[in-house]
Amino acid sequence: MTTTATNDGAPVLEARSGIRFPAFLRSWRTTGILIPFVVLFVALCLKSAPFHSVNNIINIFNQQASTLCIAGAFALVLVAGGIDLSVGATYGLASVVGGEMAMHHSAGLAIVAAMLAAIVVGLLNGLIITVVKISPLITTLAMSFVVSGIALRCTQGNLIALPPQGAFYLLSNMHFLRLPSAVWITFGFVTVLALLLNRTTIGRYMVAAGGNMEAARLAGVRVNGIKLLTYVLSGAAAGLGGCLDLSRLLSAQASSGGNALTFTVLAAVVVGGTSIAGGEGSVWRSMIGVLFIALIGNGFILLGINSLYQQIVLGAILLLAVGLDSWFRYRQN
Amino acid sequence: MNIDAHVGTAGGDFVATGVSKHYGGVPALTNVSIRLEPGKVHALIGENGAGKSTLGKIIAGVIAPDTGSLTFRGEPLVLRTPRDAIAAGIVTIAQELTVVPSLTVAENIFLGSETATASVVHRSAMRQRYDELAALAGFNLHPDTVVGALSTAEKQKVEVMRALSRKASIIIMDEPSASLSTSEVGVLHGIIRHLAASGVAIVLISHFLQEVLDLSDTITTLRDGSLISTAPVQECTEHGLIEGMLGRAQTAAYPEKVLAPSDAPLVLDVQHISAPGVQDCSLQVRAGEIVGIAGLVGSGRSEFVRAIFRDAPLSAGRVVLDGTELKKRSPSASIREGVAFIPESRKEMGLLMGRSIRDNAALSRLPWLSRWSWISRKRELAAVTEQVAKVGVKAASLAQSARMLSGGNQQKILFARTLMCAPKVLICDEPTRGVDVGSKRAIYDLLVAKAQEGMGIVVVSSELEEILGLAHRVVVMRHGQITASLEGDNVNEQAILVAAFADAPAA
Repeated sequence: MTTTATNDGAPVLEARSGIRFPAFLRSWRTTGILIPFVVLFVALCLKSAPFHSVNNIINIFNQQASTLCIAGAFALVLVAGGIDLSVGATYGLASVVGGEMAMHHSAGLAIVAAMLAAIVVGLLNGLIITVVKISPLITTLAMSFVVSGIALRCTQGNLIALPPQGAFYLLSNMHFLRLPSAVWITFGFVTVLALLLNRTTIGRYMVAAGGNMEAARLAGVRVNGIKLLTYVLSGAAAGLGGCLDLSRLLSAQASSGGNALTFTVLAAVVVGGTSIAGGEGSVWRSMIGVLFIALIGNGFILLGINSLYQQIVLGAILLLAVGLDSWFRYRQN
Repeated sequence: MNIDAHVGTAGGDFVATGVSKHYGGVPALTNVSIRLEPGKVHALIGENGAGKSTLGKIIAGVIAPDTGSLTFRGEPLVLRTPRDAIAAGIVTIAQELTVVPSLTVAENIFLGSETATASVVHRSAMRQRYDELAALAGFNLHPDTVVGALSTAEKQKVEVMRALSRKASIIIMDEPSASLSTSEVGVLHGIIRHLAASGVAIVLISHFLQEVLDLSDTITTLRDGSLISTAPVQECTEHGLIEGMLGRAQTAAYPEKVLAPSDAPLVLDVQHISAPGVQDCSLQVRAGEIVGIAGLVGSGRSEFVRAIFRDAPLSAGRVVLDGTELKKRSPSASIREGVAFIPESRKEMGLLMGRSIRDNAALSRLPWLSRWSWISRKRELAAVTEQVAKVGVKAASLAQSARMLSGGNQQKILFARTLMCAPKVLICDEPTRGVDVGSKRAIYDLLVAKAQEGMGIVVVSSELEEILGLAHRVVVMRHGQITASLEGDNVNEQAILVAAFADAPAA
C-alpha cells in the first residue's frame, strides 16, 4: 500500500524543472510572465524595424543591467518573507560615494567604497529587522530616507561628473563578444543569485523562512541569519547597480535611483510571479519581469506612443499580476 | 413553517440524498445519503480522507456537490455559499476556530450581525442580546473580554454563542475536542448535550470514538468517500466502528510495550530547569525509554519540552544530552547535538504547507546533504525517498505539496524530517493530533521501533489513553511544575488525573 513515488526518478525531473503539484499553478507562475513577454517581444519585432536590431536589444540589456541586479536580490528578500524599499536610495548612495571617491582615488578603491557603503546599509536593515524586530516595510522605508539624506550630504546637492577616459569608465564599458562588461557582470551576478536560491541550502532556508518562519526555526534553520543575508545581498546588489550605472553614465547625483527605481524593481519582481507574501519566488522570472517592463518602455518610444499611457499600462499589468496571484492563493485554500 | 423561529426550534429534518463530490477526477464522496433530525447528535466518523469533512462542508454550503440533492424541512435546498447556509440556519464550528483575537467576546459573536443604524452600533441593544444568549447557552463569559486572552475551550464557547445568535438549527462541529484538555472536553460535552436538548441538530465530526459513543444518537461511518453504515448508537461498539472505518479488523490500538533494559545509559538529563512557564522541572530519559508527559492544556507541558529543545531561555538548571550540555538557546544547535522536536501544531509550527514533501522532509538534514551549502540533489532524493518510505507516507509523488496531504501523512512527513537526523532523543508534542486511526497506529509502531533502536523518546499528549498506551514512565505537570512521576503499576488513569488536577476537588 505504501506507494511512495520512489520509482523511476520521476520526482527528480519534476523538481528540477520547478514543476511541483499543483502543476497548473506552477506552470501558471512560469507561463504567466513568459507568454506575455514573448508576445510583446514578437509584436515589437513585427511592428518596429529598429526594435529587433541587435544593437537595440544589447542596448536594452545594458540599460537594464543595474535594475536586473537589484531585482535579482530583491526577489530573494521577498522569498525570505521581507521587503526592501531602500534599494533605490542605496543605489543612489553607492553611485555618489563611488563618484566622489573616483574623482580623487583609484577606480578600485572607489568601487570598494561604494560597495561597502551599500552593504553597510543592507546590514543595518537586516540587523534592525532581525534584532530590533521592526517590520521590514517600516525599517527599509525609514532607511531609504536616511540614506537619501546621507547621499545628498555627500554631494552637497551637486551633480558628480567623471572624465570619460578614467579607469572607472572601464567597469561597464569593456566589450567582449559584442556585449559590454556591464551585461556580463549582471549575467554573472544574477546567475549566482539564481543558483543560490535554487541549488543551495541557503536558498532552501530562504524559502522556508519566508514560507513559515516558526516551522523553519524549529526545524533548525537560523532564520535571522538567513533574513540578514538577504538584506546584505540586496544592499550589495544596489551597490553593484550604482557602480555599473556610474561607470556607464559617468555621472551621479544623490537623487538618482530613488523611489522610482525601488518601485520599478518591486513591480518587475511581482510581475515575475514572486509573491510578496514570501516563501515563493524565482530570480530568473524576476529578470523576465524587468525586461518585460523595459520592453514596454522601449516599445512605447519606438512606436511613438505618448509615454503617459506607458504608466497606465504598467499599473494595469501590475494589478493583473498581483490579482492573479491572490486569486490562485484564494483558490488553494 | 415556524414563524417564531427562535434558537433551537428546528422545524424538520435535513436530508442529503445521493451526494457525490469529485476533486480533479478523484472521488472524495460517492453517493452518500444522510438524514439529520432536530434534537439529535449525528456523528460522522472515518479515517482522514474518508470524506467526513467533505460531507460536513457540503451540508454547510462551503462546497457544492457534483450530484445529489439536499432538502431541509421538506423543501429543496440549494446552498451556493456559506452565507446561504447560515441564512438557512446551518452553522459550522470548524476545527480551526474563526474568532477574531483582537475583538471582544460580544463583538465576535455579533460580527456581521451587529445591531446598528447606519453602521453606528447600538451598544446597549447588543448587550441585551448578549445577556439573552448567555442565559440561553448557560455560559458566563464576560462580553468585553478580548478573545485573544481566552483559552481554546472558551473560544469555542464564543463560537457556540455565535452559532446560537444566528438562530442555528443545524450546527456542524468538526473535531471540537481535538485541542481541549480533559476538563474542557467535559464542558464541551455538556454544551453539545444542552444544544441537542434544545432542539438543534448536531453534526459531530470526531476522531475520538469514546466521545462519539457517549454523545451521539446516530453514527454514520464513511470510508474512502462511501457510506459504510448509519446506525443508532445502541447498536454500535468501539470495536465495530473501528472495523467499519478501517475495512478490516483492528488489532490492538497500541503496540506492545518493550521496556528498556534497566542499565540502559541516560541519554537526556534535564536538571532542575526553570523557563517561562516552567519551574524547577527535572526529567531523565534512558536510551530505549518512552516517557510520557501528561497534564492539562496550559500546565506547562509544551513550554517544558520547548525549553528542553532549547527554544526558550533557561533561568536556572541545565539540559544535558548524552553527556553534552545544551548551553545555547538555539534549536539548530540542539538538532546538531541530537535532539529532535515535533511541535504540537504541524500547520503553524511544523510544515511549509506550500512546499513539496521533499523540501519539507529534507529541511533539517540539508547540512548533511550538501557540501559548502551546495545541495546534492541525488543524495537528497535518496535520503528523502528512503525515510519517507520508512515512516509510510502515502503520496503520489515527492513533489506533491504538503497542503494536499491528509493530516496523518503530514504528521509522518514531520517524523521523516526529524528521524532523518538520527536523533538520540525525540520529543513529540501531540504526535497524533488530528490524525486518523490507521496513521495513529503507524506512528505508535514507529515510536516503539525507534525506542527499541535505542532512541530516548518523550511524548507529550492530551490523550490520556495515548500516554497510558505508549509510555513506560509518566511525568505529570501542573502549573509549570512536575506533580508526579509515575512508574510501573503506578501508571494509571486515576493517578495521572489526580496529579494533573492536584489540589482541585476530586475529579
